[in-house]
Amino acid sequence: MSLELIVVLLVAPLVGFLINGLLGKWLKGNEKLSGWIGALAVLISLICSIIAFTSVHSGATPFDETLYEWITGETFAFNIGFRVDALTTVMLLVITGVGFLIHVYSIGYMHGDPGYTRYFAYLNLFVFAMLILVLGNNYLMMFVGWEGVGLCSYLLIGFWYDKKSATDAGKKAFIVNRIGDFGFLLGMFTLFAAFGTLDFASLFDAAEADNFQKVFGASTLVIATLLLFVGAIGKSAQIPLYVWLPDAMEGPTPVSALIHAATMVTAGVYMIARSAVLYELAHTGEVVAWIGVLTAFFAATIALTQNDIKRILAYSTVSQLGYMFLGVGVGAYASGVFHLVTHAFFKGLMFLTAGSVMHAMANELDMRKMGGLRAKMPITHWTFLIGALAIAGFPFLSGFWSKDEILHSAWGSSPIIYVIGLVTAFLTAFYMFRLIFVTFYGESRADPDVASHVHESPPVMWIPLAILAIPSALIGLLLGWGGHESWFHHFTKGVFPEAHHEASGNVLLFMAISSVVGLAGIAFAWMRYSKRAPSDEPTNALHKLLANKYYIDEIYNALIVQPIKNGSHFILWQLVDNGIIDGIVNGVAAIIRFIGGILRRLQTGLVQAYIVSMVLGIVLFLAYYLFFG
Amino acid sequence: MELQYYLILSALLFTTGVIGVLIRRNAIIIFMCIELMLNAANLAFVAISRSLGEATGQVFVFFVMTVAAAEVAIGLAIIVSVFKHRQTINVDEVNSLKG
Amino acid sequence: MNAEQILFILFGGVSLIGAIAVISFRHPIYSALSLIVTFFAQAGLFLLLGAHFVAAVQVIVYAGAIMVLFLFVIMLLNLGTLSAKGAMSGKLKGFAIVLGILLAVEGVYIATNVLNNTAIASAQPATETPTTTTYDIGELLFSKYLLPFEVTSLILLAALIGVIVLVKRGSEAEN
Repeated sequence: MSLELIVVLLVAPLVGFLINGLLGKWLKGNEKLSGWIGALAVLISLICSIIAFTSVHSGATPFDETLYEWITGETFAFNIGFRVDALTTVMLLVITGVGFLIHVYSIGYMHGDPGYTRYFAYLNLFVFAMLILVLGNNYLMMFVGWEGVGLCSYLLIGFWYDKKSATDAGKKAFIVNRIGDFGFLLGMFTLFAAFGTLDFASLFDAAEADNFQKVFGASTLVIATLLLFVGAIGKSAQIPLYVWLPDAMEGPTPVSALIHAATMVTAGVYMIARSAVLYELAHTGEVVAWIGVLTAFFAATIALTQNDIKRILAYSTVSQLGYMFLGVGVGAYASGVFHLVTHAFFKGLMFLTAGSVMHAMANELDMRKMGGLRAKMPITHWTFLIGALAIAGFPFLSGFWSKDEILHSAWGSSPIIYVIGLVTAFLTAFYMFRLIFVTFYGESRADPDVASHVHESPPVMWIPLAILAIPSALIGLLLGWGGHESWFHHFTKGVFPEAHHEASGNVLLFMAISSVVGLAGIAFAWMRYSKRAPSDEPTNALHKLLANKYYIDEIYNALIVQPIKNGSHFILWQLVDNGIIDGIVNGVAAIIRFIGGILRRLQTGLVQAYIVSMVLGIVLFLAYYLFFG
Repeated sequence: MELQYYLILSALLFTTGVIGVLIRRNAIIIFMCIELMLNAANLAFVAISRSLGEATGQVFVFFVMTVAAAEVAIGLAIIVSVFKHRQTINVDEVNSLKG
Repeated sequence: MNAEQILFILFGGVSLIGAIAVISFRHPIYSALSLIVTFFAQAGLFLLLGAHFVAAVQVIVYAGAIMVLFLFVIMLLNLGTLSAKGAMSGKLKGFAIVLGILLAVEGVYIATNVLNNTAIASAQPATETPTTTTYDIGELLFSKYLLPFEVTSLILLAALIGVIVLVKRGSEAEN
């Protein structure tokens, strides 16, 4: 592996972004070309990623090199440098692999959109930022990527900027992420104050050697890791900052698949996995685990009652991200990242199939108006079914392996967490198959004129679905066979610290329990929804609470948004801005106008009056020099 | 004669010119007063030149006169055009600079 | 009281009175004529100082050329006394005169007190009646002050062109 390879890997999407972004005007007439340029850029990255992967896999020492010095000061230096180890290559393969398929899919999905080139420019920029995030060998570069993906997320959520709900969702995502980013920044500052560097290698070494300045006394690492986790909460949509992710579904569906399911939202998990050394030393994993498992459960309950297929998938994503945090929180870093990988495939697949359904149903999202699509869209149906079985933990499909590993590790940490996780697994299977039964089975409830146009998507869309379905089904088996002795654990062995509590108990027993729970969820969904659509009106108080998502948005609005709004309106705008600032500005102007009003009388226009004042000056100066000088 | 008497005379002539510039409203007369001031300066130049026993002061008088001639030509041309436009050369009435 | 002193008082007095007359007459023709008197008296002072060349130039250029120009313009424009319209207020006029007197006091003070302490006062003339000949001035003009001399020719050229442009434009506007 060489530095050149990494640079090509990184720069290819940037070039794609520049071509589509700057020359979009000329590409407009030829949208196919624009789309394929975008896809090709990611394909180049994918090929480089595969090369990097084989290099790491063949046992090369982890790559950690500096390209150039970015910011230098007297006592510090920040470098543009790359670190490529097993964790990085796994992330690279996910980003570029899923990213490439989604680019291809987008060529068909975005067909005819007036913002076609803009879309691919943003998408390429996103891939570029995401690559920076995972390639950086220090926290500052990670932060650059972190902000870059946030920006692209904002741009793509609000892609259809003439739709108010889309721009609102974009702003919501940006602002909520900002809160998390603030935590990330503070965490970074804390680390820098303590260690004087942000490079992973030297920072982790110093932390393990206990060789650093104590910024907050003995709890430096605890505070730093918790602050970093705040950043992860924002970016990866955990309690209490998850509210932006469901709204982010306003963006184009491939964006939801790529950014809001497969890659960007998992940046928080990657960050914690990358900082595993610090979390181990600070013992803050438990906080991460609890937030994760609570989010998993909480989001799953909300997903039970939603009727918008993309929202169900969004809450499902929040829930699955909770699982990942649960995994990294209990010290099973490899398992958490493994779930990240499998989730990227099956959730990306499901979002794309949801897009395929929307494509066929004239952008209808309410599954109560669907039903019976199985016959008309067989490929979409089968691929979605594979994705749903994978997430539900159906034996030997990919979600089964990764989720089971996490739950197994959780048992070793705390049985309570394990139980909550298990219940969530049941809920997951239930709501996912509720979605399937209502959408693809039963009678068609669509408007007749929409129903008559339902058709299978074009090849450029279903081929990526089919390709994604393969890893969704098999990747768990290939990489996860053997639990903690699996290929994946072996591959990532050098990256993560040794788990501090070995998972105990019989692995096969845990697998059996998980399978039974998943199958029970599916069966329960079959009982309830195979024949009828969900009722329109919530039937009881609990149902109503869930359908309204625990009123979290309303609570945030009342407790946070409105006070800030009112404060801004009355104090900042009317008092500070209008009263004080404008008062000062206008006051200065008024004083000058008043003085000017007096002085203008001196401007008589009589030249002689001017000369008189000049002579007066001469007389006074001479007098001063002659008699007083 | 002592140098200082010439200089005193020069100062008085100069001041007379200044007063004229300040109090007269006829642009032509103001111009004449300026010539008066230049002449007063010339007188001082020549007096000091003699006192120092060298000719440089007189060379400067020559320059002053050249500049004065140019200035009079331009100034009178301006006065003529102002008069053509406004039918007056009263400086009090030419007050478009009034703020 | 020797002849030089008498002549000084005579020429000095005439030039001063002429100067006061310039600023006192209401009609510009009288002012101009008074100014000619002043210039002639000054030419006499220059002679007293032994500056023959300057005295000649004073008569030819100032009393001759420049004053003819003045008279010509006055008569061309047929200027009489000005109307009282927009007359300067008496207060400002009084203030101006006070200022002028103060300036005169300061000038005299410089001439009597300040210059005494400088090299000019202490320098003694080389001869009793030093005379600067046209030859001396010419030598200086065409050697040491050659460049300024050439520049004055440019000034005169610029003035010439300026006058033509100014007056020509005025007559065009009239048409």
